[in-house]
Amino acid sequence: MDEYLERVRAVLGDAVIDSHAYLGDATVLVERERVLEALRTLRDHTELRFNMLMDLTAVDYLGQEPRFEVVYHLASVEVELHGTEPSRLRHRLRVKTRVPEDPCTLDSAVELWPAADWMEREAWDLYGVRFNGHPDLRRILLYEEFEGHPLRKDYPKERRQPLVGPRN
Amino acid sequence: MVEPARKNSNDTDPGRLPTDRQVLNMGPSHPATHGTVKFMVELDGETIVKMDVAVGYLHRAFEKECESGTYYQAIPYTDRLNYNSAILSNLAYCIAVEKLLQLELPRRCQWVRVLASELSRMGDHLTRLGAACLELGAMTPFLYGIEAREINWDLQEILCGARVTSNYIRIGGLQSDVRPGFEDLCDESIDRIQQLLVDFDRIITANRIFVDRFRNTGILSKERCVAFGITGPLLRAAGVPYDLRKAEPYLVYDELDFDVPIGSSGDNYDRFLVVQEELEQSIRMIRQCLEVMRKTSGEPVNVADPHIRWPGKDHVYGRMEELIQLFKGVTEGIKVPAGEVYAAIESPNGELGFYIVSDGSGKPYKVRCRPPSFVNTQPLAEMLLGGMLADIIPTFDMVNMIGGECDR
Repeated sequence: MDEYLERVRAVLGDAVIDSHAYLGDATVLVERERVLEALRTLRDHTELRFNMLMDLTAVDYLGQEPRFEVVYHLASVEVELHGTEPSRLRHRLRVKTRVPEDPCTLDSAVELWPAADWMEREAWDLYGVRFNGHPDLRRILLYEEFEGHPLRKDYPKERRQPLVGPRN
Repeated sequence: MVEPARKNSNDTDPGRLPTDRQVLNMGPSHPATHGTVKFMVELDGETIVKMDVAVGYLHRAFEKECESGTYYQAIPYTDRLNYNSAILSNLAYCIAVEKLLQLELPRRCQWVRVLASELSRMGDHLTRLGAACLELGAMTPFLYGIEAREINWDLQEILCGARVTSNYIRIGGLQSDVRPGFEDLCDESIDRIQQLLVDFDRIITANRIFVDRFRNTGILSKERCVAFGITGPLLRAAGVPYDLRKAEPYLVYDELDFDVPIGSSGDNYDRFLVVQEELEQSIRMIRQCLEVMRKTSGEPVNVADPHIRWPGKDHVYGRMEELIQLFKGVTEGIKVPAGEVYAAIESPNGELGFYIVSDGSGKPYKVRCRPPSFVNTQPLAEMLLGGMLADIIPTFDMVNMIGGECDR
């Protein structure tokens, strides 16, 4: 696992701030300004070839600076079939980046994986992380009139908001 | 970028009359979509030229609720994610917490979990196939599918006391071991399901009307599937042999003998066939599990640590030490070491993962569910562009968007 992490670090160069492997999950923390560049490198690298964005989410570390962390889970899935053997080449990587409360923005990964479209909309909806360059950054699980971002730690769980009917 | 799923014959017809575009709202509650989802479709005649999918009607703040309770209190919420295969949602969550706790599970527990998983997967697949037929107007095959699902749900009820919201898997074990005689009963029921599957297959799979509506509709190539993060039967129907049970075996899947069916064209018909074959493979796995369970009867199904799996009521009411352990377990929750973890299982819709961040207290700091339904619903518009309005129904059925899991 350490060897694998070293290889990833070598590929990403000095964009990596920190890395660790805990319980079999390899994680790299990259600079916010260079996250898109790092993700593109990981996707296009001939050996690593992270062709799938499995998951994208945010975590609110209220009280820490920078406050938010955006977490990407990447996977490499073999597309071509070799005989009847199921896919063997597969590895995973967690890429994280820290985002401050103000400005709470990050470059969008939609141009790399269309999968990021809805996932980024969800992160915007629930955490209020704005993704620059996203083609259509609207709320997805909640309605447009909803105030605030409910998964932030300072959003009270008991807070009630009126249900607004659809606009026509 | 966007390849039309099917060329409408009208497009190339020079004598075709131009029509005004019209916008059609389908949903959020529509009799032909088993889920609360809204499609806003722009139509040229009957051809779909633009489509937007709106989800979120079933959002119940799953992640927020999880953060405010203990690790145990989140398990019933996971039942309400994918309510067609609740046991698998329980399992995915518990596996993630167990990974953080670094638990080694008893062998029998793992075998019973695999059996429960496969029963649950069959329930989901049977619903998907049956409902797909019903929504195309074929009532009879639906009834065969649902009869098989009833038998399956009866088995799940015997296993855990509930048909739908099972709440069966616990952190470090199971709610309870199977009752005596379950193996024989299960064997018998599986035989009946297998017979029903044969009947189902003979009624519908080669039916001309059915094939016409499924074949060459809702196509998504494997490259696009991968780009969209699609997993599960949809990805396999497009020809990618990616199944977590083989690729990253969890529990005892590496000791089981089973195949991963794949398709080639990535259309609805291939998806239907892949799901059908997966049912057969589940039956194969269940039979292997039953054989092992017969041999290991009486072995423990829970980890021995009383701080993780609480002592039984017979101990609690008789002994001081156990009473304290239960009290502390219920009020403070189990202490999970600080750290972050991602664990995933193969659910009927694809990769169901949980990303959990622990701060070392009794409550999770963050619980993220990677919902396969949400990810798989996203490219629905791309699958349908250029197709006919009527193609929405079979495509949506095969995508199998489950509102509870998609919207959380």
